[in-house]
Formats: sequence, structure tokens, C-alpha cells
Amino acid sequence: MLKVRDLVVAYGGIEALKGISLDVPDGKIVTLIGANGAGKSTLLRSIIGLVKAKSGSVEYNGDKLTGLNSQQIVSKGLTLVPEGRRVFPNLTVLENLRIGAYMRKDEDGITADIKRIYEIFPRLEERNWQMAGTLSGGEQQMLALGRALMSRPKLMMMDEPSLGLAPLVIKEIFNIIRSINENGTTVLLVEQNANMALKVAHHAYVLETGRIMMEGSGKELLENEEIKEAYLGKKKK
Amino acid sequence: MEIFQAITNMTAVGLAQHMVNGISLGSLYALIAIGYTMVYGILLMINFAHADIVMMACYFALFGITTFHIPWYLTFVLTIALTALLGVTIERAAYRPLRDAPKNSVLISAIGASFLLENLATYVFTGRPLHFPDIPFLSSMISVGGVQIQAICLFIPIVTVVCLTVLLHIVNHTKTGMAMRAVSKDYEIARVMGVNIDNIISITFAIGSSLAAIGAIMWGIRYPGITPYLGVMPGLKCFIAAVIGGIGNIKGAVIGGFILGLGEILIVAFFPQFSGYRDAFAFLMLIWILFYKPTGLLGEKTTEKV
Repeated sequence: MLKVRDLVVAYGGIEALKGISLDVPDGKIVTLIGANGAGKSTLLRSIIGLVKAKSGSVEYNGDKLTGLNSQQIVSKGLTLVPEGRRVFPNLTVLENLRIGAYMRKDEDGITADIKRIYEIFPRLEERNWQMAGTLSGGEQQMLALGRALMSRPKLMMMDEPSLGLAPLVIKEIFNIIRSINENGTTVLLVEQNANMALKVAHHAYVLETGRIMMEGSGKELLENEEIKEAYLGKKKK
Repeated sequence: MEIFQAITNMTAVGLAQHMVNGISLGSLYALIAIGYTMVYGILLMINFAHADIVMMACYFALFGITTFHIPWYLTFVLTIALTALLGVTIERAAYRPLRDAPKNSVLISAIGASFLLENLATYVFTGRPLHFPDIPFLSSMISVGGVQIQAICLFIPIVTVVCLTVLLHIVNHTKTGMAMRAVSKDYEIARVMGVNIDNIISITFAIGSSLAAIGAIMWGIRYPGITPYLGVMPGLKCFIAAVIGGIGNIKGAVIGGFILGLGEILIVAFFPQFSGYRDAFAFLMLIWILFYKPTGLLGEKTTEKV
């Protein structure tokens, strides 16, 4: 279980997160929705060790993550599928997958996992030797997911996996997220596409300007009038 | 028309002579330019101290042989190791503490490191030129088909090609090389993959400095007057070579090195009246490339998908 307690992150005096507390229980999909600038990405970047917290704590299965560097955090089984995919454009598809397994030493396991990921995403196998920069947006998102899976994560954090993708591709991506979770990986999903995100979520939080405003099961929030109006684009009756 | 006259006036032997000189100078530029381009590729900074690393390597080799009487081949190995260590140390001391600082601060620190090495060398080794020791066979003149050349000139291009092949293998076909390429594009995400950025940067400096040392040793044999400022002009030209080839691109740096080395020698050969301007050639090339292809010959346009 990932426990975030009173996390404050500031960029040069301006607080992007003003004391966030949330739990991500093992085996669940937890979603965080919120508008631009609410602090969603900052939260994920801070959990994975890319930005330092000013105060508060992050714990994973009892280990304190705050103060560790990304390498140490990743070795505890966390990973991040970053916003905008950020595959390495100058590496081939295969190399992008291999670098996802950078900290692993079991060559046989790595080969088996690459095969498994190519079964989930046959399009990637066709493009095995292509530079990742030449892939379409949807393919890049699949590669980013595959790359993250290569570290055999226990907790996968995803930052706006639907960003800039066609509705059909988004559907496909969410199906894959669900199946990743069914295979035992915990998911912390950050999304602006609240409708899709709340549908897959076991539990959800609503983030507004650095604070958690609301929480509940995905279903509860989907039916909440305020959420409907603010994030799902449905007018109050 | 003048150029054709100049060429026809030149004998085949004379042309061969100049080509040998040009190719060996180009190879040396290439070896040094690789160091600039690799560091730029990863840290996006110009390592001004690289030129002085070349100079220090010359002194390491010189003193190893003359003062410590270590056999020359052993000295060369030690020189490469010491120079790699020097490069890594400079990165640790002068660049790493500024990792999160603005780019300009690192650049100024690099200029500082460069001045420090130059002045330290002047203070310790004095500014008087020292003579690089003669190496058996390599320093001697030999005659190949009527062309009088220094034996080292035969080895310089071979050594360069071998170094380049090994380097490209490391960069393109090893796990470390893959991490280097990843770090050069997106160090933050490389970090999330579990890559230790500091290690990769140290390895980059070690490789760049080792190649500089190999270049420096051959430079010393070829041009045996060693002074604390010997790295300055070649350093500038090698940086230009890296820019011409497309900064960050290893093959580009090599091509740039050869263009500058050959161009410089051939201009002097065909137009002896311009020999005073030989150093200007590199800068003219720089201006030309910045005008017509600012990304360099093999430089890539950055495409981003959103």
C-alpha cells in the first residue's frame, strides 16, 4: 500500500501541493482527477523522486520513499508512465523496452517479458527496429506502457495516458490498464478524462489547486452532481 | 582556374604527401572532437577544459618517459588511464555540483577549469616548450613510394578508425551505450527507468578523455613541441569540427574533424600565399555551416510528437 501523508511540494515558494494525503491499496486502481494545474503531475513526480517534497511523507509497504532518489524508489517496485509518453525517440522500440528493464539482471526473464508485451501490443512487434520517435501517438503510448511493465512494477503510476489520443485508442488503452491491474499490478492513474478514469477506478480522489476536495469510489463520484458539472461536462438538472 | 593550375603544378608525390598530412591531422581532430560532442550530447555544455585535458595528456606521456623512465608503451597505457581519471575528476569537481544550476554557470565553470589547468601547467611545467621524446620507429621518417612520411602518420588513421569502431559498438550495442543515448534525450525519464545519471556522465567523461589522450599521444609524436597552451587552438578547431558534423553526433564529429584537417592542409598546399590564414579556415567553415545548416551535417532536426 502506498501512503501519502500531508505532502507539500513547492516550486520556488509557490506551493503546488498544499498537504495531500491519500492511500493506494494493493491490487486496486486509484484515480486522481482534476483540472490543469491542480497538481496531479506534481504529485506523481514527487512520489517517484523527480521533485523533492518540502514536507510530508510518502511510504510504500512501510518503507519511507521521501528522501530517496528515483533509482532507489524504482527498485522498490514503483514506476511511472509519464505525461506526454516520453518514449526515447532515438532508441528503437526494442531498446525502449529493454531500458525499462534496466535494473533487472535476469536476461531470460527480460526476453520472456518482451515476448509477452509483444503479445499484448502486436503493433509494437511489427515496429521492433523502428526508432520510437517515428511511432504514432497511440503506438508511443503503448510503448510507454510496455516500457513501464518491463520493470515488473508492483505499483504503476500513469500520468494522463489518454492525452491527445483518438477515442478508439483511448478505449483500447483503458482496457489494457484494466487488464494490467487484473494481473496484479496496482495502478495510480491521473487523468483529465474523468469519465473514463472514474469508470475503471476502484477509488478516486478529486484534486483542486493542490488540495484533495473529494474522494469516494469511482461509481460514487460518477454520480456526484458537482463532479458531473465540473469534470464530466453534464449540466445540473 | 587558379586551383587547376595549382593542382597540375603539383607532382603526384607532393599531393600524396599533403594527403597523408591532411588525413593524419584530420584523424587527430576527429579523436578530440568526439570528446566535445559526447559531453555536449549528454550535458548540453561545451567542455572548455577538454582542450587542456589533451595538453595534460601530452605532459603525462612526456614525463612518464623522460622523468620516470617507464617504457613508452606502458607510459601510453598509464597516460590514457590518468587522463580518463582527470576528465572524470574535473566533471565531479567543477560540473556535478552545478547539475541543477543554469547552463551558463556550468559553462563558466568549464572556462574556469580550463584556465586552472593551463595556469597550473605553466606553473608546474614552466611555459618553456618541452620536447616530446622520440618513440622508436613511430617518430622516424620512412619512405613509402617516394613519399617521405613520419611512421606515426600511417598509424594515426588506423588507430582512429579502431577507436571509432569500438566507440560506436559501445554506444549502439551495449547496455551502457543505450543508457547514454537515453540520458542524452531525456535524463529525467532515464532516471525513472533506474539509470544512474551520474555514473553515465562519469563514463562519458572517461571515454571522451581516453580518446583525447590517445589523440594527444599521437599529437605529441607528430608535433613534439609541448607547451601549456598547445591545446587551445586544436581544441577550438575540434569544437568547430563537432559543430560542423552536428553537435552530439559522434560520426558527425569525425567527419567534421576530417573536413577541417584535410581542408587546412590542402589550402596551405595549393595556396601557399594564404598559409598565414590556415587557422582562419576552421572559423570560415563555422560561419558557413551556421548560415546554411545550423544543425550541422548529420545534425537532426528535433521532432516532437504531442
